[in-house]
Amino acid sequence: MILTRLARSGRGGWLLLAAGLVAAFALPWLIYPPVALDIACWALFAAAVDLLLGFTGLLSFGHAAFWGGSAYCTGLIALHTGLPFPVAIAGGAAFTALLALPIGFLSVRLSGIYFAMVTLAFAQMIYFVANQWRDVTGGENGLQGIPRELFGLDLSDSFFFYYAGLPFVLAGLFVAWRIVRSPFGRVLVSIRANPDRARALGYPVDRYKLQAFVLSAALAGTAGGVFAIGHGFASLEGVYWTTSGQAVMMVILGGIGTLWGGAIGAALIVQLQDFLATAGFAETGIITGSIFIVVVLLFRRGIWGTARHLLAARRTPAAPADVAAESRKSVDTPA
Amino acid sequence: MLQQAFNGLVGGAFYALLALGLSVIFGMLGVVNLAHGAFYMLGAFGAFVALDSFGLNFWLSLLLVPPLLGVAGIVLERLFIRRLTPLDPLYNFLFTFGLALILQDLVKREYGVSSQPYPRPPALDGTVDLGLFTYPAYQVFVLGVSVLMCVVVWVVLTRTRVGMIVRAATERPELTGALGIDVGRWVTPVFGFGIALAAFAGVLAAPMRAVNPLMGADLIITVFAVVVIGGLGSVFGSVAAGFAVGLVSALGNLYVPALSQILVFILMAVVLLWRPAGLFGREEAFR
Repeated sequence: MILTRLARSGRGGWLLLAAGLVAAFALPWLIYPPVALDIACWALFAAAVDLLLGFTGLLSFGHAAFWGGSAYCTGLIALHTGLPFPVAIAGGAAFTALLALPIGFLSVRLSGIYFAMVTLAFAQMIYFVANQWRDVTGGENGLQGIPRELFGLDLSDSFFFYYAGLPFVLAGLFVAWRIVRSPFGRVLVSIRANPDRARALGYPVDRYKLQAFVLSAALAGTAGGVFAIGHGFASLEGVYWTTSGQAVMMVILGGIGTLWGGAIGAALIVQLQDFLATAGFAETGIITGSIFIVVVLLFRRGIWGTARHLLAARRTPAAPADVAAESRKSVDTPA
Repeated sequence: MLQQAFNGLVGGAFYALLALGLSVIFGMLGVVNLAHGAFYMLGAFGAFVALDSFGLNFWLSLLLVPPLLGVAGIVLERLFIRRLTPLDPLYNFLFTFGLALILQDLVKREYGVSSQPYPRPPALDGTVDLGLFTYPAYQVFVLGVSVLMCVVVWVVLTRTRVGMIVRAATERPELTGALGIDVGRWVTPVFGFGIALAAFAGVLAAPMRAVNPLMGADLIITVFAVVVIGGLGSVFGSVAAGFAVGLVSALGNLYVPALSQILVFILMAVVLLWRPAGLFGREEAFR
C-alpha cells in the first residue's frame, strides 16, 4: 500500500506495490491493531488531501468537515438503522460528497491562500453545527457505542476489524490512484501548473476543481467512516480544524504530490502520537507542531519526495511526477 | 435590544483589532498568520502572568505586554517567516499553523486548560449610565480604546510618511522599491506591529473573557471569515467587517440563538457568492 507509487514507472514498481500490500496486511501483527487501523484511515485521508494539494494545487484546510462529518453520518446510520457497517460507511461518504458540493462551489472561486482560509472557515461552521445540534450529534459527548454490524459476524476484536476496514482504505487509495492517472487527473495537474493556460485551452477550470474537491471529500469521508466504526464513536475533535491541519501535515511530511507519501506521514504521526499518549504526554502539539515547522522550513519535498528525487537523480530520465514537483516550484516564484 | 447591539460592538472590537493586524501583515508580507489567535492568547496570559508573578497591574500590562510580544514577532519574522516569504504563501500558512500548535500546547502544559481568573481594573469596576441603559464601564472602555486604536492606525496609514510607504509597499512592492524605498526594511516592523495588535486585544480580553490556552483558537477562524467578508488586504474593510460581524452575531443571538455561532459563516458564504473579493477587496487580488 505504502510504496506503490513507482508502480507506474517500471518493473521496480510492482515490487514496491507488493511490498506495500504486504506491509498493509501485516500491520496489525506488527503493531497494536487499533493503531494499525488508525494509520490506514489517516493514510486514505492524507491521499484525499494530496489529491487536491498535490494534483490540483488547492490547499484545503477544511477537510476535517468531511472526515468528521462522515464519522457522524456513518455513526448515525449504524446506530439508528442497524444496517451492516459497509452501508453506513457508503452513506457517510455519499453525505460528505453532498456536503462538499456547496462548500466546494463557493470555495473554488478563490485560489491559493484564499481557498485555504475559506475552506477552513466553512469547516469551522460544520464544527459549530455539530457542537450545537446536540439532539443529533450528542454535542460535546459525541456519538457513542456505534455498532460494527456485519451479518452477525463477530468483529469486536480490533485485529479482525482491521481486515474488515482495510478493503475500504485500499479501494479508496486505488480510486485516488486511478483519478491521478486518468485524463481527468492530467487536466487537474495542468490546472495546478497553470490555471490560465488550462482555461485558455478550453477546460472549465472551476468545474474541474469542484469535481476534484467533491471526489477528495468523498475519499476523506470514506476514511472518516471507517475510523468512526473502528473506534465506535464520532466526536467533535474529528471536525475540529486541527484535524484538517494534521492531515495536511501528513501530506507534507510524506511529500506533496506523491499520493503514497501521505501514508508514510500518517504512519509516523499516528505512531508518534500513540507513543506520546502511552508515555502520558498530553500536549502532543508541542512535538507535532515542531516537526511540522522543521519539515516546512527545511524538508519541503517530504520523505517520499526526497526518496524519489534521489532515485531520479541516479536515473537519467526524470520521472513524470518530478516534473510536477518542479512545476510546483515555478508556482512558488511567479515567473 | 440596544444593549445587545452594544454587546455586539464590544465583541466586534476584538474582531476588528485582530482582523486589522491580520490584514496589515497580509498586505505587507503576503502571509496569512494562523498563529494570530495564539498571540492574542499569549497577550491575555501575559497580562495574567504580569499580575500573578510580578504584581504589575492591568494598565502596565496594557502598556508593556504588546510591545514585548511585538518584539517576539520581530524575532520570529527575522528568523523564520522571512525564509518562507519568497515561496508559495501556503508554506508560511503551514508554518504559522505549526507555531500555533506549539504555543497553545506550551501554555496548556504550564497552566492547564482551565480558565485563569483576571480581575477588572478597579477604576473600571462600576457601570456607566448610557441614557437608555447602564453598561459595565470596562466594556465601554474596551470599545472606546479599540475604536481609538483603529482610528490611530488609519491616520498613521493615510496621513503620515511612514503610512504612505507602508501602503505603497503593500500595493506595489516592486514599484515602491524602484522608487528608492527599501521595502524589506519595513516588513519586519509591520509584522511586529500586527502581532502587538493581537497581543493588545488579548490584554484587553483578559478581564472580560476566560483566560485559557484555547481562547484564541476558535476566535481566529471567525476572524478569517471576517477578513474574507471585508476583503483580504483591505485595512478599512477588515475593521468595518469586524464591527459589523460583531453586531450581526449579537443581534442573531437575540433573534435566532441556534444560529448565533454560524451566522458569520453564512454571511461569508453570501459575500463569496456575491462579491468573491470581499466587500472592500480589490478584484485583482484574485485569480
